Amino acid sequence: MFEKADQVFLLLRDWLVGFLPPGWRSAAGVVLGVIGIIAVFPGLFAITTVLERKGLGRMQNRLGPNRVGPFGILQPIADAIKSLTKEDIVPLNADAVVHFLAPVFLVVVVFMGFAVLPVGRNMVLVNMDSGLLFYFAMGASTEVSIFMAGWSSRNKYSLLGAMRAVAQMISYEVPLLLSSVVIVMMTGSLSLVKIVEAQNQYSWGLPHWYIFTPWGCAAFVMYAVAATAETNRSPFDLPEGESELVAGYFTEYSGFKFALFFLGEYLAMLSISGLGTTLFLGGWSAPLAVLNWVPSWIWFFSKVMLSISVLIWVRGTLPRLRQDQLMNFAWKFVLPMTLLNLMVAALWRFMGDGWARWVICSAILLLVYVGAGRVGMRREHFGPRTYRYAE
Amino acid sequence: MSAPATDISIKLARQEGWNRPPVIEPDGEGELLEVAMGPHHPSTHGVFRMDVALDGERVIRLKPVFGYLHRNHEKIAEGTSYLASMPYTDRLDYFCSLTNNWAYALAVEKLVAQTVPERAEYMRVILAELTRIQNHASSIGFLLQEMGASGTPLMYAFREREKILDLFEGLTGSRMMCNYMRFGGCRVDASPAWLDATRKVVAGIPEFVDEFEQFLRTNEILMARTQGMGILRPELAVNAGVTGPMLRASGVNYDIRKVDHYGIYDRFKFRVPLGDHWDIYDRYMVRMLEIRESIGILEQALKEIPGGPVMDPRAKIRGFRPKPGEAYGRIEAPKGELGFYLISDGSPNPYRYRVRPPSLINLTVLEDMCLGHNVADVVLIFGSVDIVLGEVDR
Amino acid sequence: MLGEGILKGLTETARNFAGSFVSAERLTTVQYPEQRIPTAENARVFPFLVYDGTDWEAGMRCVACQICEKECPPKCIYIEKSKDKKPDFVGKMQIYPAKFDIDVSVCMSCQICVEVCPFEAIKMDTEFELSTTDRFGGLLYDRKQLSRSNEYYHKIHPTEAAEVDARLAEEKAKAEAKVKAAAEAAAAKAAAGLSVSAKSTAVSAASPAAPVANPAEAAPAPKPDGGGE
Repeated sequence: MFEKADQVFLLLRDWLVGFLPPGWRSAAGVVLGVIGIIAVFPGLFAITTVLERKGLGRMQNRLGPNRVGPFGILQPIADAIKSLTKEDIVPLNADAVVHFLAPVFLVVVVFMGFAVLPVGRNMVLVNMDSGLLFYFAMGASTEVSIFMAGWSSRNKYSLLGAMRAVAQMISYEVPLLLSSVVIVMMTGSLSLVKIVEAQNQYSWGLPHWYIFTPWGCAAFVMYAVAATAETNRSPFDLPEGESELVAGYFTEYSGFKFALFFLGEYLAMLSISGLGTTLFLGGWSAPLAVLNWVPSWIWFFSKVMLSISVLIWVRGTLPRLRQDQLMNFAWKFVLPMTLLNLMVAALWRFMGDGWARWVICSAILLLVYVGAGRVGMRREHFGPRTYRYAE
Repeated sequence: MSAPATDISIKLARQEGWNRPPVIEPDGEGELLEVAMGPHHPSTHGVFRMDVALDGERVIRLKPVFGYLHRNHEKIAEGTSYLASMPYTDRLDYFCSLTNNWAYALAVEKLVAQTVPERAEYMRVILAELTRIQNHASSIGFLLQEMGASGTPLMYAFREREKILDLFEGLTGSRMMCNYMRFGGCRVDASPAWLDATRKVVAGIPEFVDEFEQFLRTNEILMARTQGMGILRPELAVNAGVTGPMLRASGVNYDIRKVDHYGIYDRFKFRVPLGDHWDIYDRYMVRMLEIRESIGILEQALKEIPGGPVMDPRAKIRGFRPKPGEAYGRIEAPKGELGFYLISDGSPNPYRYRVRPPSLINLTVLEDMCLGHNVADVVLIFGSVDIVLGEVDR
Repeated sequence: MLGEGILKGLTETARNFAGSFVSAERLTTVQYPEQRIPTAENARVFPFLVYDGTDWEAGMRCVACQICEKECPPKCIYIEKSKDKKPDFVGKMQIYPAKFDIDVSVCMSCQICVEVCPFEAIKMDTEFELSTTDRFGGLLYDRKQLSRSNEYYHKIHPTEAAEVDARLAEEKAKAEAKVKAAAEAAAAKAAAGLSVSAKSTAVSAASPAAPVANPAEAAPAPKPDGGGE
């Protein structure tokens, strides 16, 4: 009975597709899968916006929106109506074609990234052997759309904002990839389905998720930092910071196109959380072996929403880093740590089973982190201070 | 009204003269990008414009443009009586109306040699220190807001500020435009219930300050963005007439409460925090430490407050005609030295009424502090000056 | 360790988030039209004219001395005196304001008019939900709109109203005592004059009546203002 609940969407798809002649069935199955993705993830986007506003509000000792629907859950509908009815202004000098294509391109590319995420047991739209590579290709394409937006607006502030955004995203692509490469190395495959299946084993009831290993944990932390920077979220949201020059690369966008950028950014957040869940948190596998009766797609979406909540939490707490500090951090701290992590993971595999490898690998990573932290902070003027008083 | 030149940096400053930093030459080809930040801007504390010339991200020139909030305060005062100018002083630095009132009342009391009863002096000190606490707390909250922490610490600061404003409303009738001091004392007496409520609020502030100080002392991002930025050298600060927490963060020991001994401040034990690195971080830490010192003063004052009248019975409220003369009264407002210069010619209205606005005079060194920094830092440096446009433009 | 401060900040925020569900200290929102913060007793918004009794015209305390008009900083009060007189709360004939307009859009709630009024006639209201859609005159209140009864004053500022009533009663008692003393003095004088004067009966019959007939004229002296203009 629980397997039926687990596979309910696949059974639904097979039943619907059964009405068609056999030649059409596989294509129709794919189309239904696409429709499923287009229905589910924007729904999650709506929930995320409400969660973000209510969550930020509660952190700031206030209620979030609560007038539209009970506890404000119909607020995204109100926002959608608002953005659809606003006037669409295109500047006179702007390159109209590119100006129009930029948000469209962003949304299309982000949706394509969803195609390779295994949402549940046997539930992946396209089972590619090199799924991870495809995903990163799509993720890198989002930077193109941001640059298109900044360039086509013919506005020096948008161009400045776009250049900063692209520089930031390029700098953080490398740590993102390198922290995922550790997983590939240890699993031996680029296929996301195989990565999740490798984590779906249990010893003494606890799962083999990669986050529970020293190198996996370090990789997860660096992946999280790089993912926050990739999606331009606080504390890395200088390109869209309002207290800087102006709104950055989407200054000249209004109405529905602005909503599309917003949608694209949040979908990218969801998608990169989905990838993080797949790589480190075990994808659709349950946390304890006894809980295997709960459908796998429920676990996947819970973990994704948990990651989103952490992103919202970080946004509500931390101030913004400046552009050059951000890039310094990426190239001079995160990147060397990911390389070190690769070597530690190799050491782990080399040492074979036993408790020794846990102790040594954790010790190496912690010592280097603490040491590098201290060295980095010992600049002039930097660090906590004491103050003198006059009577 | 000259201050004793005991601090060595003041002496040095008077000998060396104006020290401007060297002009930063733009490197590389290309023209400078001229940007006008404001007057509509989410981070300028009011309507204020800065014309910056940028080379890439570095600031080459900066010109502040203000006057968008000019309301003819000084000219209006020439046409109304002394008492009627008191509510207008509330609106100068609208965050700290009670200290504005006190400075003006001090100036007029000097003009007519009016004495003030004991209880009124204690009330003035209590209200001024409460004002200082809420002003510094909101200014630190605004710093974090501008740095992009999406308003969370600001909301915490405002939560505490609400308690203090409720106290003001209970005593004076209005949360911000208090109009409470009069020439010869205070307008209404504080009931014992109000004093108890104040004691309760003051008892709750140290916990909030500890919570809030976490944000400043340990957050690495904040330290990376504010330490070493916007350095203001003490000689420049003294030469430019900068006062208040900005001056003390540049290491100069000058607090008017200690220098002038106005009111009854010499009865309270408090210390003056000084900064050694002269940057943005020091300015905010000095404000945080001043909050702690104010809590000490408040506790002492609330314990020692005597009974008695709050208004000198011989003070005239209406028909107030001071003899011809002039007076300058100044206090340590939360933003700096707030002074009122009055010239009277014997009529019910002043002949000349001049406000020395601390925010404006502290702003004159903005360019010197910002040269060579990034645009993102300009916003932070500007926030650390802690201005209120009502005072800059009057 | 790098990142320690960030973790501390995160725990602080999490504490506020969790606290907002359990304690009122951490969730300070008041959902305005449905919930309201009770205004402090001392709150001041815009002035109103006090009247005693039930008839606002007859009981109005204001005697159009125009002191508040002169002292108002933004000059938002406009008063026109009446040509005739009406008796005030002790019966003395006083002029009253034929027009008393306050432009509430100009008034800055400074309360100076209340401080300088010698007759306790103008006080501060606490009503602030006064928005109107009438641009021309919607915020210009005439004396009928400004009048509120003494019971209303007691409701919004109980301690202050009690003090004011006590002071007015004291003044009234002092005035009546003065009138009684004057009447007794006149009666004593008349009694002394009765034995010597010829037409004493007619005079003595008239004179005790005369001081008693117009106690209203011997009104209590108004509260001395702080030095004459």
